[in-house]
Amino acid sequence: MAEALAGKHTRPQPGTPAGGPPSGRAVSFAANAVRIKELSILLVTIAAAIYFSLTNAGFNSAENYHTIAQYVAPWAIVAAGEVMLLICGEIDLSAGFVFTLSPFLLVAFYHAGAPLLLSLVAALVLSGVIGTINGLIRTVFGLPAFITTLGMAFLLQGLSLILSGGSPISAPTDGWVVTWFGQGPWTEFAWTVLIVAVTQVVLSATRFGIYTQASGGNPVAAAESGIRTNQVKVINFALTSTLAGLAGILQGTRVGSYDPTNGGFNAMFFAVAAAVIGGTALLGGSGTIIGAFLGALLLGIVYDGFNLTGINASAFPLVLGIAILIAMLLNVYLTVMRKRLSSPKGHS
Amino acid sequence: MTPRNESGDVIRVEHISKRFGPLKALTDVNLSVRRGEILGLIGDNGAGKSTLIKILTGFHQPDTGQLFFEGEPVQLRSVSHARSLGIETVFQDLAMINELPVYLNLHLNKELVHTPVPFLKRREMKRRAREALDSIGINIPSVTAEVAQLSGGQRQAIAVARSVYSNAKLLLLDEPLAAMGAKESGLILRLLQQLKQRGDISIILIAHNYSQIVDICDRVNLLQHGTITFDKPSKDTSVAELLELVHAEYRLNQD
Repeated sequence: MAEALAGKHTRPQPGTPAGGPPSGRAVSFAANAVRIKELSILLVTIAAAIYFSLTNAGFNSAENYHTIAQYVAPWAIVAAGEVMLLICGEIDLSAGFVFTLSPFLLVAFYHAGAPLLLSLVAALVLSGVIGTINGLIRTVFGLPAFITTLGMAFLLQGLSLILSGGSPISAPTDGWVVTWFGQGPWTEFAWTVLIVAVTQVVLSATRFGIYTQASGGNPVAAAESGIRTNQVKVINFALTSTLAGLAGILQGTRVGSYDPTNGGFNAMFFAVAAAVIGGTALLGGSGTIIGAFLGALLLGIVYDGFNLTGINASAFPLVLGIAILIAMLLNVYLTVMRKRLSSPKGHS
Repeated sequence: MTPRNESGDVIRVEHISKRFGPLKALTDVNLSVRRGEILGLIGDNGAGKSTLIKILTGFHQPDTGQLFFEGEPVQLRSVSHARSLGIETVFQDLAMINELPVYLNLHLNKELVHTPVPFLKRREMKRRAREALDSIGINIPSVTAEVAQLSGGQRQAIAVARSVYSNAKLLLLDEPLAAMGAKESGLILRLLQQLKQRGDISIILIAHNYSQIVDICDRVNLLQHGTITFDKPSKDTSVAELLELVHAEYRLNQD
C-alpha cells in the first residue's frame, strides 16, 4: 500500500508514446492496486476488524466469529444474485420476501408428505419460478425492474403472511438435510462461501458472465452482437430469487423456526448495500461477487462490533448510510483515477 | 442486365426506390462497390444517405429495385441477415461495451472457451486480439484496457477492427470522423488506408470533409434528392468540384 500511495504522486509522463504502457513501475503498481476494486474494501474491512479487536476483548473468539458469519451469510447469498442483476442493469426488490416465503413453501410440501430434501428442492424451484416471472414481466412487458419487483415484493409478503398464518412455525429438526442446510455449525456460512465462489466463477470465467456485463454495460451493442439480453436478464432474475429462497431456508433452519417477519426489505437492502459497498455499479456493467461478499463481511463486523461495544443499535443504520455514501463516492473517484492512471496521455 | 459480377462488385444496387408515405427518400438509385474499393458517399442532410445505408444493412427493404451481393441477387431480410453475408455497419458509440476490455469487445458473442468445461480462453483471446489489431496497424496501450479508457478515435478503430476480425466483406462507415480532432481522424484514415492495402474489404464511407474523401476514397458518389447525380473516380475530381456541385444545389434551393 505504501508503494501504491507513493505511486499516486508519480504523475504519468505526458510524453509517453501512445503505444507504450503507462510509464514507471510505481504508476503501474498504483494502477493495478486501484484497478483491483476489491482491495480498498478489503483494507477497510481489515481496519474495522482490527479496530474492534483492539477495543473489545470479546471480538476475537471463535464464538464471535460464528456470530459474524451468521450475520454475513444471508446478506452475502442474496447479494451474489443482486450483483449479477445489478451488473446486467436490473434490480430485485422482492428477493427479501422470497427469503421470507421459501421456508413456508418448504413446510407446505413437507406437511403434504414429501420427503424433506424434495420439499427443499421444490421450494427452491418455486423461488426460481418467482424470479422468472419477475424477469418475464420486466422483459416481455418492458416494465422497469424497480416497479415489477416492488409489486412482487408486497405480493410475496402477503403470501407469506397467509401461508404462515402470521406467526412463526418451528422448522423441521431431524435428519441429515436439516444438519446440512443450516443446523450444523458453520453450514450456512459454508454454503455462502460456495455460492460466492461459484457465482464469481460464472461471472468472470464464462460466456454467460460476459453476456451479463454486456447486457448492462451497453444493451444495444450487446443485442447488436447477437446476445439475447432478455434471456440473460431472466436467468439472472431466476438465479437471484433461487439464492434468496435458499438463504431464507438456511437461516430459518439454523434458528429452528420460520418467521414471516424474517427477511423482507431489510434483508434485500442489506444485500444491495453490500453489493454497492463492494464496488458494484448501480447503473450496470461492472461489479464482483467477491466485492459484495467483502461488503457483507464489513457490515457484519460493524454490526457485531456495535453490539459487543454496547453502542446503541440505532447507530448502525447511521453507519450503514455513511458507508454506502463513502463507497459510492469512492467508486466514482476510483473510476476517474483508473482512467487517469491508464490513459496513455495522462490527462485525456 | 449486365452479366453477373463481371466487374467483381461486392455490392451492386440497381434502380432502387424507397418512399415513406408521401416522402420519396430514394428514386432509381444505382450504386456499386468493387472488392477492395473505398467509395465515398456525399450529399446534403436529407438527401437519402441514411436510407440508402439502412437498405444496404438490411434495416429497410427497398420498394423497387434489386440488390446484388457478390454478383448474386439478394433480398436483405434483416440486419443480422446482412451481417451473416459480411455486410457490417460500424457505429461509433453503439458498438462497444465500455466496461469490458478491448479483447473481449473484439470477441463479443464470439468468445473462445475451453472444452469440456466452457471457461473463457482469456489468454488466447488476448493473443488473437493483439494480432488482429497489429495486422491492421492499430496501436493501443493494451488489449486488456477497458474500452472506457480509450479515446473516441481508438474506440472507432476498435469497432472497425471488430468488423474486420469477424470477416466483414463490406464495411459501412457513417460519418466515422464526425466529432473527432485532427489527430483522431488521422488514426482512422490511416486505418482505412491499411484496409485498402489488404484489398479484400470494401468500404462505403460517408463524410462531410471532402478533402478527406478525395484523399482516401477510390471513387465518389453524390446523392441529391434521393438520386445519385455524380459518380467519378477520386483522381478525376477535386474538392473544389465537389464543393461547387453542392453549392450549386444550395443556390438552386435558394431561388
